[in-house]
Amino acid sequence: MDRLPRWADVALVPLVSLILAGIIAALVLLSIGQSPVEAFRVMVDGALGSAYGWGYTLYYTTSFIFTGLAVTIAFHAGLFNIGGEGQAQLGGLGVALVALSLDWPHWTLALTAATVGAAVFGAVWAGIPAYLQAKRGSHIVITTIMFNYIAAALLVYLLVDVLRPAGQMDPASPRFPEGAKLPALNDIPVINLIFQKAVPANVTLFIALAMAVVVWAILWRTRLGYQIRAFGKSEPAARYAGINPVFIIMVSMLLSGGLAGMMSINNVMGEAERLLQNSSEGAGFIGIAVALMGRNHPIGVVLAALLFGFLYQGGAELGLWTSIPIEMRIVVQGLVILFTGALDVMVRMLLTRAFGLLRSQKLGAA
Amino acid sequence: MDYSTLLQILDSTLRLATPLLLASLSGLFSERSGIFDIGLEGKMLAAAMASGAVAFLSGSVWLGLLAGIGASLVFAAIHGVASITFRGNQLISGVALNFLAAGMTVLVAQRLFSQGGRTPPISGEARFNPVTLPFAEALRDVPILGPLYYEVISGHSLLVYAAIALVPLSWWVLNRTRFGLRLRAVGENPAAVDTAGVSVVGLRFAAVAITGVLCGLAGAYMATALQAGFGKDMTAGRGYIALAALIFAKWRPVAVLWACLLFGFFQALALRPDVVEAVIQVKVPVPFLDALPYLLTVLVLAGFVGKAIPPRAGGEPYVKER
Repeated sequence: MDRLPRWADVALVPLVSLILAGIIAALVLLSIGQSPVEAFRVMVDGALGSAYGWGYTLYYTTSFIFTGLAVTIAFHAGLFNIGGEGQAQLGGLGVALVALSLDWPHWTLALTAATVGAAVFGAVWAGIPAYLQAKRGSHIVITTIMFNYIAAALLVYLLVDVLRPAGQMDPASPRFPEGAKLPALNDIPVINLIFQKAVPANVTLFIALAMAVVVWAILWRTRLGYQIRAFGKSEPAARYAGINPVFIIMVSMLLSGGLAGMMSINNVMGEAERLLQNSSEGAGFIGIAVALMGRNHPIGVVLAALLFGFLYQGGAELGLWTSIPIEMRIVVQGLVILFTGALDVMVRMLLTRAFGLLRSQKLGAA
Repeated sequence: MDYSTLLQILDSTLRLATPLLLASLSGLFSERSGIFDIGLEGKMLAAAMASGAVAFLSGSVWLGLLAGIGASLVFAAIHGVASITFRGNQLISGVALNFLAAGMTVLVAQRLFSQGGRTPPISGEARFNPVTLPFAEALRDVPILGPLYYEVISGHSLLVYAAIALVPLSWWVLNRTRFGLRLRAVGENPAAVDTAGVSVVGLRFAAVAITGVLCGLAGAYMATALQAGFGKDMTAGRGYIALAALIFAKWRPVAVLWACLLFGFFQALALRPDVVEAVIQVKVPVPFLDALPYLLTVLVLAGFVGKAIPPRAGGEPYVKER
């Protein structure tokens, strides 16, 4: 027997990958003359040590849940959506256009409309590469990468030449009206007993969690989800079973892009309250790490998003209080993707061998 | 637009096309052997940092170049181990390595020089300086061709000429040598190569190593020739443009040269929006020029400008005796 027990596959593989990534990260810190223990303490203190820290950690977590779910749903269809970053930026454009379109009477209306705007813009930006993949066979990884750059260029153009109000220096949209202001966690009754200082985490967090449930329900409780997963496991088999590949590629990518776009209600509407250049700040890419770490399951994605929220907030604290550059978090992100994604087979081989040894010892003892 | 402006733009075209060309040729070897590499960007970045740092510390650009190649090879080796030995997902490995490089370069540069993740400016022997080709001065006054030779063709660093020389060399290696034939075969049908008794793993590692060396040249060029030192994220997506050029060129060396010159031309134009406006009488936004290489690549991928067919076994790990 050289197969892993299910619990090991679900829990142990990601854990071991994470530990390996952690060990390398510690070695990196040692090699630049820093103490990993001290760094970890600063990170835990800053990200989890106070309600204020949690307010930031949860803010990042919210974004990463969206982008992680986006990558997850595409993964299940066998598609690697690297375009979350561009889709999130387009989603930000959707949010900005909706928020600026009228003087919103109440934030609930603004939020509903902005969510639709974000999802539609993100979905369209994913839809073009999806169409090209489905109909013309263009490799979706390459096209989504290209679309990230096209999105960035498009937004620079729009922010500098179109959306920027006259007389303003920095390339950004005007401020959103008061009615489009989302309540932060410190504005919500009961929860504000915990969060007393102003924090960036806002109601979008609950939308993100709801989306995790929705994605789970779509993937495992609907016919569509079954078709997506079947297509992702084996395209010829799915085709033979009468599943329409064009339809599945389109739908899964539209859902994926929509989720990535929705991330922007968190940062653009919930935090910045105007559209800035590079609004998503790499969260689209972190979605890849989150999905891999979360084993492409919504529960895993939420947990992994929390972990990355911690890493992001903790990393920012490192930049503030120590001489470790903030780029340390990009290193950790790379290591996590490397071990949970690309070296997955290596981790499995190690564990399978370890389990094999355990078993043969038991047999020897018996 | 007058002749001298045109020459200026062509001159910067050649300068800006060189890192694209080196990176694109490097990707050519890996991808023709069946290993997708979206980690060109990261390898370039690592090489740029290593070469900038070592060139500054040692004062010798050649040591810097070696260090750049070394750093790029380390990343290539990780990619090889992940995607060949452990049959991991090549795209994910590339993405991971790009992040790793983006972070590590700043960390190391900050540790060494404490200048916010830059390396100090380098000059003199620590840089690749312009080379004046023979007779450039003497022929300068020949009408039309003289200035062209002097301004555009002469006066680049050694690596520019090396990059151009690598085009026929790559063509020859891929199409006229036994190694090249096998390399291409392993990208199309690894099982056949295996059956013939040639090591698939060995060939693919060799290809990935060549990719490492050439990407090292591309990165070293960025830090020691195009600019004087390494700066955070200095490659700015060039690895992806190189990838785009490679696809645009349908994985063929000579076409890669033209694709890179075209994309380099766009980059040169993006530096001179005034010239573009004067020529076509319409104000073209600079971001549009920046996005042109990506737009063109999407069009090529979509099959509107000929069909780009990647190597058949690209991206698939080879499992012996399945």
